[in-house]
Amino acid sequence: MNFKHKFVFLFPGLFVLIGILIFPIIFTIRLSLSGWNSYTPEMNFIGITNYIRLFTDDPRFWESFFRLSFLSVTTVILQYVIGFALALMVWREIKFKRFFRVIFLIPMMTTPVIMTVIWRTFFHESLGPVNDLLGNIGIKPILWLSDPVIAKFTVIIVEVWQWTPFMFLLLLAGLLSLPKEPFLAAAIDGASPFRKFVYVTFPLMAPISIGAIIIRLIEASKIMDTVFVLTSGGPGTATETSSFYIYIKGLREFQMGYAATLSFTYLVIMIISLTIIAKVLTKLMIKE
Amino acid sequence: MKMKTIKTCVTALISALLVFSPVAYADKWSDQFPHIKTTGDIPGECSYESMSKKDYSGKTLKINTHAVPVMGEPTALHAEQFAKLTGAKVDVTHTPAGDLYAKAMVPFQAGQAPYDIVFGFSNFINDWRRYLEPVPKKYVEMKQMQDVTPSHIGVASWDGVMYQFPVDGDRHYLKYRKDVIDNPEYQKKYKADTGKELRVPQTWKEYGEMAAYFNDWDWDGDGEKEYGSAEVMKKDDLMYAAFYSRSAAYSKNPKTPGGFFFDLETMTPLINNPGFVEALTDWVAATKYVPPGGINFGLGDEIGSFGGGQTLFSFSWDDAFVAAMQPDSPINNKVGAAQLPGAMKVWNRKSNSWDEGFNQAPFFVWGWAVGVAKKSKEKEMAFDYLCFFANEANHQADIGIGRFGVNPFRNDDFKAEVWTQIGWDKDIAESYVDTLAKMEESKNRVFPLRVPGTFEFNAALATAAAKALAGQLSPQAALDEAAKQWNDILNRVGKDNVRKAYSVGVAMEDNKL
Repeated sequence: MNFKHKFVFLFPGLFVLIGILIFPIIFTIRLSLSGWNSYTPEMNFIGITNYIRLFTDDPRFWESFFRLSFLSVTTVILQYVIGFALALMVWREIKFKRFFRVIFLIPMMTTPVIMTVIWRTFFHESLGPVNDLLGNIGIKPILWLSDPVIAKFTVIIVEVWQWTPFMFLLLLAGLLSLPKEPFLAAAIDGASPFRKFVYVTFPLMAPISIGAIIIRLIEASKIMDTVFVLTSGGPGTATETSSFYIYIKGLREFQMGYAATLSFTYLVIMIISLTIIAKVLTKLMIKE
Repeated sequence: MKMKTIKTCVTALISALLVFSPVAYADKWSDQFPHIKTTGDIPGECSYESMSKKDYSGKTLKINTHAVPVMGEPTALHAEQFAKLTGAKVDVTHTPAGDLYAKAMVPFQAGQAPYDIVFGFSNFINDWRRYLEPVPKKYVEMKQMQDVTPSHIGVASWDGVMYQFPVDGDRHYLKYRKDVIDNPEYQKKYKADTGKELRVPQTWKEYGEMAAYFNDWDWDGDGEKEYGSAEVMKKDDLMYAAFYSRSAAYSKNPKTPGGFFFDLETMTPLINNPGFVEALTDWVAATKYVPPGGINFGLGDEIGSFGGGQTLFSFSWDDAFVAAMQPDSPINNKVGAAQLPGAMKVWNRKSNSWDEGFNQAPFFVWGWAVGVAKKSKEKEMAFDYLCFFANEANHQADIGIGRFGVNPFRNDDFKAEVWTQIGWDKDIAESYVDTLAKMEESKNRVFPLRVPGTFEFNAALATAAAKALAGQLSPQAALDEAAKQWNDILNRVGKDNVRKAYSVGVAMEDNKL
């Protein structure tokens, strides 16, 4: 076979890869070395000035990053636990199994922005139905969106509601693909349902669980629409996440060069941290 | 005799036609366009009649405007009318407020013109003007433009060149529930409980005391709790404008010209001086008398809250007041307007001390503004559209609809009859126009910051103020943080660049322009 023919077949894929992945990253790096903003609209070269600013004089970015870490880790853990429980529930032979499977998937099928608007209406402190219902049973209005601590948990509630079905779907697919023999063996040995879960189901599900957790962590770390609609990062900066902060710097304040610096740094941090998380999870969950 | 009778009848008929022709002319257009049914068409260079003589068939006008309803709805409505009259095709794109700047700026910087007309805020002028076509002389000299107040001509212009076509006039002022403040029973009760007079608040301290008193109880007997004040407190949702309004009385000292935001000489940010800190301290206290969740109120929430009868006070743009005066409002004809409260002391940055005595400073906050892209290929049609948008008949109809966000900016708007003819009580209409007129006459006005990097300055201030409101920082620490960021921005943009631009605003504030 002519060796060069292989490259001919590779070109279309390579071309697409360069166009949609490599070029934007290289452009972002170049932009991050410029001072492009509303009053200097040009790709000038200012060296690593933006990076120095980020690492020495922008605590707000780092605060938003740690806040994002808290939000994404908490939401993904909750989504995994709830999603797994729901998947186990409909994995068994129960009545209306198909109905429940569809019902559990509905939140994921809705548009996040529209659902967040509805959640915002629910949680509206003076006009929303949640506080109204609580008031009927004598509970004082809760500051769902105005208290810096509670607002974080409100964001978590909405995220968990929206994305648990995704976790549920992946885990249910995993459960349905498990071999039957280990479960038969455990049943012959007289293992209790709990022991069956701990020693058979969970270990067999570990590779799928790691994949599901990593996919959701990647998605959760990009959380933007929920924060944008629900709290706009407030009160104060209490729910501001990295992506929302980058959006503010880039498209609100039009500091394109600096926003590119933030984006590239964020990308590097995410690649490193998600690689570490995947390795740690593999070590913890998969026993050789 | 018969002949004489016929002659008389014909003469009478001709006379009647001549006398009543304007009415017939008006009816012709208001039948077709019910939006102007109150006034009919009003003759002018950009009236319905004049536009109907233009032919833009086969041409397309592209407009980027705000989301519906505020400014987005009148843009679309007038686009539809303009298309019917001229044969043009008008494409209207609606964009959220926060993205208006970038949506125009990205193609501007790339040398493109996807939109012939771009809507934004008047404080974009310094960043946008190099990409906008100055308003041609023939429009500047038109009769309808001659009626625009000097303040709003100033807001739409830069160094004497008009870049933005005036379609809206904006200022912040106080709105209050007249049925409470003027209620003799409440006046007696308030006096008995606090020892003070219940009246239209003269100072921010009075405002706070009254708002706190009328907070969290049902004072209008509708079975629902009411609250003290509705304010724009949500970060990134125009809250910095609300903060400037609260700061003006404490920090705009007529004895110390030369800058409200910066000291023009040294370009030192003034936003962390004791005047601003006092205002932010008041504002933090206000979080206790806003409705639950009020700390997250954007402009829409504020309009809905006060306009829906939920609070005693509010201050910001006209919209909440006009919404409250809509015929279907629960508080129709129960509201009053007054200038922003003042303060009993004002910071003197020269003597570094407080000057005691009453001080008041109206804030001519930025508002909706619109310009024509320099690279547009349809400039004439674009300016005709804007001129039609703001023609007298459209303008009079638009200002009476709260959700449109079109507010008074013409001398004629300051006549009470304009408002009584749309159903306002005479005393309310008079208090409203009197408030607006007095702001125009004031010699201690504050104009919005219009310098390179305006967005960065305002965003830094809003973030700091939001931190104080959320209890994350003290008012002094928050404003110190904002001042530090302002210095960083100054260094990035260049002090001289900012000074040069800021001097235009300072000249307006110091009554030199």
